[in-house]
Amino acid sequence: MTCGEAIGAYALRSIGMGLRALPKGDDITLCEQVVLIGSGLIWNLYFALLALAFGFFIATGLALMKASDNAWVRRPAAGFVFIMRGSPLFIQFFFAYAVLVALPKIEGSLALGAFELEWTTRWFTKAWLGALIVLVLNTSAYSAEIFYGALRAVPHGDVEAAKAYGLSPVARFRRIIWPTLLRLAWPAYTNEAIFLFHATTLVFFSSFPTWRQSGDALYYANYFSEKTYNPFLSYPIAAGWFVFMTLVLIMVFGTANAYLNRHMAPGTRQKLRYRPQMIR
Amino acid sequence: MTAGLTAGLMSIDLMTTGLSTSGLLTNRYWFKVLFEYCADPDSLSSLSWLSCYLTTVKHQSLYWSILTVLILLAVTAPMAVGLGLAGALARRSPFGAVRGLGWGYTSMVRGIPDLIFFLFVPLAIDQMLEYIRHRVLCPQETGPVWVGHDFVVCDAAKLPLGPSPEWVHDIYGFMLAVLAFSIVFGAFCANVIHGAMNAVPRAQLETARAYGLSPRQVMFRIHLPQTWIYALPGLSNVWMILIKATPLLFLMGVEDIVYWAKELGGSKSARFSDFPHGDWRIYYFSGLLVFYLLFTWFSQIGLKRLTDRVSRGQATLAGGKGGLGR
Repeated sequence: MTCGEAIGAYALRSIGMGLRALPKGDDITLCEQVVLIGSGLIWNLYFALLALAFGFFIATGLALMKASDNAWVRRPAAGFVFIMRGSPLFIQFFFAYAVLVALPKIEGSLALGAFELEWTTRWFTKAWLGALIVLVLNTSAYSAEIFYGALRAVPHGDVEAAKAYGLSPVARFRRIIWPTLLRLAWPAYTNEAIFLFHATTLVFFSSFPTWRQSGDALYYANYFSEKTYNPFLSYPIAAGWFVFMTLVLIMVFGTANAYLNRHMAPGTRQKLRYRPQMIR
Repeated sequence: MTAGLTAGLMSIDLMTTGLSTSGLLTNRYWFKVLFEYCADPDSLSSLSWLSCYLTTVKHQSLYWSILTVLILLAVTAPMAVGLGLAGALARRSPFGAVRGLGWGYTSMVRGIPDLIFFLFVPLAIDQMLEYIRHRVLCPQETGPVWVGHDFVVCDAAKLPLGPSPEWVHDIYGFMLAVLAFSIVFGAFCANVIHGAMNAVPRAQLETARAYGLSPRQVMFRIHLPQTWIYALPGLSNVWMILIKATPLLFLMGVEDIVYWAKELGGSKSARFSDFPHGDWRIYYFSGLLVFYLLFTWFSQIGLKRLTDRVSRGQATLAGGKGGLGR
C-alpha cells in the first residue's frame, strides 16, 4: 500500500470510515502505521476537548462551592474533589464501567425537529459516553482544585473596589473575580489540560471495550507492536503524534494566556511554565 | 517473555480466561484453605459463607498482591529519586552532550503520555537484553533477529530461560515493570530536583565559593543538602502520582490488585466455582477505590509532617518564625 492509499484507507479508520480490515502480516508499511496511529488521535482529541469543555464549567461551580461559607455546600464539593483526586483514574474507569454495565436497559426515542433520535442506556457502557463522563468528572475535580486555589489568590482590593463601585454580586463575579481567577489559574490549568489529554490514552486500556477495532492512538500503536513484535517503531510514532499535539495544545493555551494577561504591564505578565504537578 | 508482555487488550483477556479456567493458580504458590468448615460452602450460613469466601485461595492472592504494590513503591521510589538526581545533575553538566541527555530525559514526560512508556519500556528492555544475549551466547547464528514480523532469538538467549519455573517469569516481569516505573518517575523527579536546585539562593553558593570551597564541595556540602528542602513539596507530589500509577502494573501483565479484583469480581457460575455469585465487580472496585483513597490520604498526612519537620530552621517561608504564610 502506498502512502496515498494508506491515507485514503485509514485516515478516518478510528471513527469507522475507510477500510474495515486493519493492516496485517508482512506488508505493514511505515505509512500505514503513521496514518492509523494518527487516526486514533481523533479519539484522544474527542475525549480531551469535550471533557475540558464540560469540565471547565463544572469545575468553576465546584470551586465556588468549595469556597462557600455554608458547610452543606462546601462539604459535598470538597468530598467530591477529594475522592476524584485521591484515587487513580484507572480504577475510576473500572468502577464506572462496572456501575454503568449494571444499569437497567431502557430504550426510547427523542424527537429533535426533523430527526428522531433512538437512545438507549447501553450507550453508557460505550467508551464515547461512559469514558467521557468519567473524564469530565475527573478533570472537573482537578480543575476545581486549581480554580479554588486561584479564587483564594484573587486580590482582596479588587473585590473591595468592585463593591465600592456598586457592582452587584453577579457582576462582581463575572467582571472582576472570574477574569482574575482565570488569569491566575491559567498556567496550572494548561498543565491540567495537557495531562488530561495524555490521560485519554487510558480509556481503551481500562475497562471500556473498543468497537470494531476503533481505538485511540495508543490502541493502534499497541496493535502494531503486537502484530510486528517490534515496539521500536509503533510506540515512537505514537509518542511523536502526542508531542506534536501537546505543542499545539500549549500554543492554543498560550494564546489564551496572552489574552487573559493583555491588560497587565509587560513585566508582570505570567508566562506559561510547565510543571509536572497534575497527573492521575 | 516477549509474548507475555504484549499488554494489549486481547492478550489480557486471553490471560484472564486462560488462568481462571485452569487449575494452574491453585497449585502455584503456597496458599491453602484456612478454615476446615469451608469444605462444603453450600451448607453454610451467610456470615460463615462470607468468611470462607473471603479466604479462598484466590482471595489470599488478592491480599498478597497488595504486597506487590508496596514492593513496587518501595523499590521504585528510591530508584526514581536516584535517576531524578542524575538527570538534574546532568542538566548542569559542563559537557554539552550530557546536558542534552539530561534535557531530553526531563523533557520526555512533558509531551508523551506516561502510558506509552509503561507499554514500551518493558518490551524494549526485554528485547534489547535478549538481542544482546543472542549475539553473545549464540555467535553461530548470524541471521536477522526480526524475521518478517517475528522476534527470533536462540533458546539460550531467552529471558527467562524456557524451562525456568513460573515464579522466575513472574519476578522477571515484575522487574521490567519496576524499571519502567523508575524511568518514568525518575524523569518527574528530575524535573522537580532541577527546579529545586535553581531555587537554592545563589548568594549561599557564592558565599561558599568565596570561602574557598571547590565547586564539588559547594555542590555536595551546600547546594545539594538545601536542594532537598525545596524539592520536598514537588517530590511529595510525585509520590502521590506514583501511588496512583501503581494500578497500571495490570497493563504490564503483572498479577496485581486490579487483576485479582477483575478476576474475583466477575460472575461465577455454580459449575466452575464453589462460591457462585453474580457480577460483583462494583464491590471489588469500590474496595480498590477506598484502598487508594486511604493510601493517598495517609501519605498526605505523613508528607505534611515530614515537610514541617525538615523545613525547621531553613531559609524558606515555612522554616521562618512560626511558619510564616500559613
